[in-house]
Amino acid sequence: MIFAASPSWNPIIDLQEMWSFPFMVNAFRAGTIVAVLAGVMGWFMVLRRQSFAGHTLSLIGFPGAAGAVLIGVAASYGYFAFCLAGALVIAALPRAGPGGYSEESAVTGTVQSFALACGFLFVALYKGFLNGINALLFGNFLGISTGQVTLLGVVAALSLAALAVIGRPLAFASIDPDVATARNVPVRALSVAFLVLLGAATAEASQITGTLLVFALLVMPAATAQALTARPGRALALTVTIGLLVTWLGLSVAYYTPFPVGFFVTSFAFAGYVAAQGVRHTRSRWRAGTTEVSPTPTWTAP
Amino acid sequence: MTAHSLNSDVDQQPSNTVAPRKEEQRPVGPVITLCDAAVERGGRRLWSGLNLTIAAGEFVAVLGPNGVGKSTLIQVILGALPLIEGEVRVLAGPAGRANERIGYLPQRRSFDPSLRVRGRDIVRLGLDGHRWGLPLPAWWPWPGGTARRATTARVEEVINLVGASAYADRPVGELSGGEQQRLLIAQALAPAPDLLLLDEPLDSLDLPNQAAVAALIARICRAQRVAVIMVAHDVNPILSHLDTVVYLAPGGSKIGSPREVITGPTLTELFGTPIEVLTASDGRLVVIGHPERCQGHAERHTWQEP
Repeated sequence: MIFAASPSWNPIIDLQEMWSFPFMVNAFRAGTIVAVLAGVMGWFMVLRRQSFAGHTLSLIGFPGAAGAVLIGVAASYGYFAFCLAGALVIAALPRAGPGGYSEESAVTGTVQSFALACGFLFVALYKGFLNGINALLFGNFLGISTGQVTLLGVVAALSLAALAVIGRPLAFASIDPDVATARNVPVRALSVAFLVLLGAATAEASQITGTLLVFALLVMPAATAQALTARPGRALALTVTIGLLVTWLGLSVAYYTPFPVGFFVTSFAFAGYVAAQGVRHTRSRWRAGTTEVSPTPTWTAP
Repeated sequence: MTAHSLNSDVDQQPSNTVAPRKEEQRPVGPVITLCDAAVERGGRRLWSGLNLTIAAGEFVAVLGPNGVGKSTLIQVILGALPLIEGEVRVLAGPAGRANERIGYLPQRRSFDPSLRVRGRDIVRLGLDGHRWGLPLPAWWPWPGGTARRATTARVEEVINLVGASAYADRPVGELSGGEQQRLLIAQALAPAPDLLLLDEPLDSLDLPNQAAVAALIARICRAQRVAVIMVAHDVNPILSHLDTVVYLAPGGSKIGSPREVITGPTLTELFGTPIEVLTASDGRLVVIGHPERCQGHAERHTWQEP
């Protein structure tokens, strides 16, 4: 880290020291906002098995951010503009079957490569921007302005409010599209709305973890929570908690070390995921052991 | 279990949104009427001149070879596909207008093994999944705490009704096909529908489970006077429970009691090729010379043969 600070290992003193710098306060504010939004959206993304769409959106955001820097505006605007536009494009692609994106993987893969290439071109055109590509790809928490924090907060509040309105029918349409259609749930419109919200969440997460590591906040907390519990309410709460923990830890450690914040957030999230899978397998082995003793009662015809 | 005992509300506060309709609230007229109905799919006429009236509490099987439009009939009743001729009335209105009173079980499809959602949550979606907003926890007092407790109680009730309480709290992706099917039937039953549309619900089940699920559906049909339309490709597991068979074939359709429709002369007339129906000693029907088999679709056993 440029300040070459070293931790006192007293959390209160360390926090006080970190938060004496306005950029660090903004980083924590932004990280908190992003962790909540990305966690909640990530839970739905894992439920809908649309991780590939999330990955595509993050790569589409990269040329947006690089282009924004090139023309001299904040990278945030580039992320949001490209991710939201990308979400609408993915939504407009003809779908092969209900819930399936596999058929378009060739199209999406082509778009992903082109997006990365464009991003690299923009970074190269902006000659004085040596450290820029690392920051865009692997995350950077330096120089988040108060205005950007406000933008992140407003977008997150709007996204979460929209999700609070469509949450239950969206879950229905994700788990059981055929039955939801029969019950007059607007499955197609919900799918479009979800992709737009996912675009917003991806744009936010990209600004903390970088384009290539968005899954650290978008997939890992949700996947970790779903491994631990199958109750939707608990899983959502756990997702947000894990997201907040890894973000705060990642920011704190990155402050005292010379490595990018995305690396630490991703590593902590990965460690949590591995631990959760271990817990899950131990539990299911334990359950398999007990069901042999007491078999589930079978229902018999009257 | 009678419809009345099912109606007992745990909170002692009757709630029309979740409590099943009492028998006297069941529709008096026919549940479904099809008049000279004809349907096309992909420019091909599947069936035409179909006349069908189904009353409350009637158990109807839709049989026939593949591609003849059995699932399409379900789509027509749901209002997802318009007729090109004739008229369809469902629950005294145009099709698609009263879908919240229809329990629908699509052709399945089992849940992805990685789906980490409890069976209980799947059942609950059948009750309130179409409503906007987010589900609040059951203990949350305001707003609508009573209705929420009633919803939770109703979910518990249908889970018990289908005998799924032992595994309702496990992730649905980890359950067997039969267990998933029971939970899906509970989901379809949760809003106390007047009509159940079941598309090959026995397809993925082993023989004992087929018999048990068929008996369960028949019991619900009788006890709660729910009209049931079941698409099936093997009539034997449901034969003893059926009131009516709708036999669709490329050359026309026959409607009547199973013993009227599933006979050699009727099927011979329907398919225009000699068909014989034998009755095994256990009452199972065996169809010989089935046209589908002649067309080389032997891998899909339309009729279970001994």
